[in-house]
Amino acid sequence: MRPVIETKSLTKDYVMGELIVRALRGVDFKVAAGEFVSIMGASGSGKSTLMNVLGCLDEPTSGDYYLDGADVSGLTRDQYAEIRNQRLGFVFQTYNLLARTSALDNVELPLFYDHSSRIDDPRASAIEALERVGLADRLDHEPNELSGGQQQRVAIARALVNRPSIILADEPTGNLDSRTSVDVMSVFQDLNDQGITILLVTHEPDIAEYTKRIIVMRDGRIVGDRPVWDRRSATKDLDAMPAADDLYLSDDPTREGLVRT
Amino acid sequence: MKRFRRLLRVASRSILKNRMRSLLTSLGVIIGVAAVIVMVGIGAGAQADVEAQISSLGVNSIIIFPERGHSGNVSLGAGTKNKLTLEDAQRIEEEATLLAGVSPIVRTGAQIIGGSGNWSTSVYGVSPAYLDIRAWKLESGEMFTDRDVRVKAKVALLGKTIIDELFDGNDPIGEQIRVRNTPFKVIGTLGEKGQSPWGSDYDDVVLVPVTTGLYRLAGGRYISMINVSAASLEESDAAIDEVTEILRNSHRLRPDEEDGFRIYSQADLMETATETQRVMTLLLGAVAAVSLVVGGIGIMNIMLVSVTERTREIGIRLAVGARSADVLAQFLTESVVLSLVGGAIGTALAYSVTHVLNNVVGMTTVVRPAVVFLAFGFAAVIGVFFGYYPARKAAMLNPIDALRYE
Repeated sequence: MRPVIETKSLTKDYVMGELIVRALRGVDFKVAAGEFVSIMGASGSGKSTLMNVLGCLDEPTSGDYYLDGADVSGLTRDQYAEIRNQRLGFVFQTYNLLARTSALDNVELPLFYDHSSRIDDPRASAIEALERVGLADRLDHEPNELSGGQQQRVAIARALVNRPSIILADEPTGNLDSRTSVDVMSVFQDLNDQGITILLVTHEPDIAEYTKRIIVMRDGRIVGDRPVWDRRSATKDLDAMPAADDLYLSDDPTREGLVRT
Repeated sequence: MKRFRRLLRVASRSILKNRMRSLLTSLGVIIGVAAVIVMVGIGAGAQADVEAQISSLGVNSIIIFPERGHSGNVSLGAGTKNKLTLEDAQRIEEEATLLAGVSPIVRTGAQIIGGSGNWSTSVYGVSPAYLDIRAWKLESGEMFTDRDVRVKAKVALLGKTIIDELFDGNDPIGEQIRVRNTPFKVIGTLGEKGQSPWGSDYDDVVLVPVTTGLYRLAGGRYISMINVSAASLEESDAAIDEVTEILRNSHRLRPDEEDGFRIYSQADLMETATETQRVMTLLLGAVAAVSLVVGGIGIMNIMLVSVTERTREIGIRLAVGARSADVLAQFLTESVVLSLVGGAIGTALAYSVTHVLNNVVGMTTVVRPAVVFLAFGFAAVIGVFFGYYPARKAAMLNPIDALRYE
């Protein structure tokens, strides 16, 4: 089966004044459809850079990147925008929702820029995506009325709504407490069980244990790539955790990820 | 169309989220549009006033003055070269085909005594046709007749100002006044005509038969001017040519000789006066337009701030697949909506201001729909023009940088 993602000797250099930072020094890997991969590594290991390149937000300096089997290097700005719009879903650490905009409108946003009209009813698709992340009763809530975990669920729904080939999540639990983190991972696990391919960056080993495959990066190279032998179930872990009531007090619905509009 | 509606919705939502700021942003355009409409309205009102005034003098009126004589560069005054006589007026009356009326005029200044005081004024010796030529109405009594002219009757018609000065506004018909010690019987009063566009008082006048004026008051055989009226405004120029021809024949001028008289038509005067007003209106409009442009700069300023402030939002939109053109359209729509809403409020404001000016202050202002459309259209153009730069700046942002922006 054709891999969703395939990279060949991918490199990325940043020029900072007279200094050249070699963020990626030849990355080769594949992600097949239906996989749930986590990329781990310390700060500066190049995992965020890899994420940006895979997300068509940044162009590699050299090497090839095939998405759904098609070479996606050297395209125009608008072509990259179209790929992001139709084939990729993003989840960010800081949620990046539009402030003072309902959950439903936030989720519908990618479809607003979809010129292909492959999705007949954007509104219905957005509602469906929110139902899939368990927020059917929060359609009209604005981000500041939602907890951090709920905001991240909205962000996941937004990544889902355009039926992407892969969801790219950059430290999706980085701003969440441990219980909410597990909660978000249970959402990802559910989606992956439904056949959605997910690539996730994290520096928390616990979180990586919920995925099916762990890739470790160091100094711009992949230094480890192994399946997860004893995969944990987020749903089960959640049941084993203390009651939510005590914890919700500390579940700070952080405003950090909010963007004024 | 659907996309356009959605763009409008996104733009209006973002405008409504910052109501106060949006209002302040639009304020420049609001004031600009209102200023343009009101200023041009005031100018157009003044123009309409002048036009009404001039046409009340009889738009078809044509006046023939004798040429001023010259000695070197020194003007010797009207009538010092070729003079006009009653015979000239008579020939015009007999030969002209394009005229509705002809009246010779003898103008002389005189002290008049009557009623309760005395008053220095202008006495006009005219023919009975004069009132029609000047579109002047009788207030009461009657105009003198051709017979009065033939017999040099000592009858007079008084203007409103004279009646006020000498008779305290009471009806003077049948009273006697003395003009340079000659007694005249008042047989009629003239309707009020007001000020001329040049500020003199039309109502400060006494009308007497032309022969009376010429032989009993002015003395001599030359008249001051001839006032005729063309049968229609369109034939005004042809009438002038005809009168010129008749007078040249009457004066037995050779083809190479100069006319020796000058002809002015009321139509020319009106053109000059309205032209002056038009320039004035343009000037007022231009000054107001400057404030509209300043309003546009205000929009650009706020939109630039807004783009910086919303960098993260732009980053999100780019990340989920917005193309540069989408972001450009969004911000451009926003600034155009801002300026159009400003234009609409400004128009409403202008209508209420002109309403107050017309009904409370008592000025004449004329708001022409064309000016409203123009100001409105100008506001839209300003929205596009001053919105483009900030919108382009937003559209050109790098998605990664925009997402990381704090």
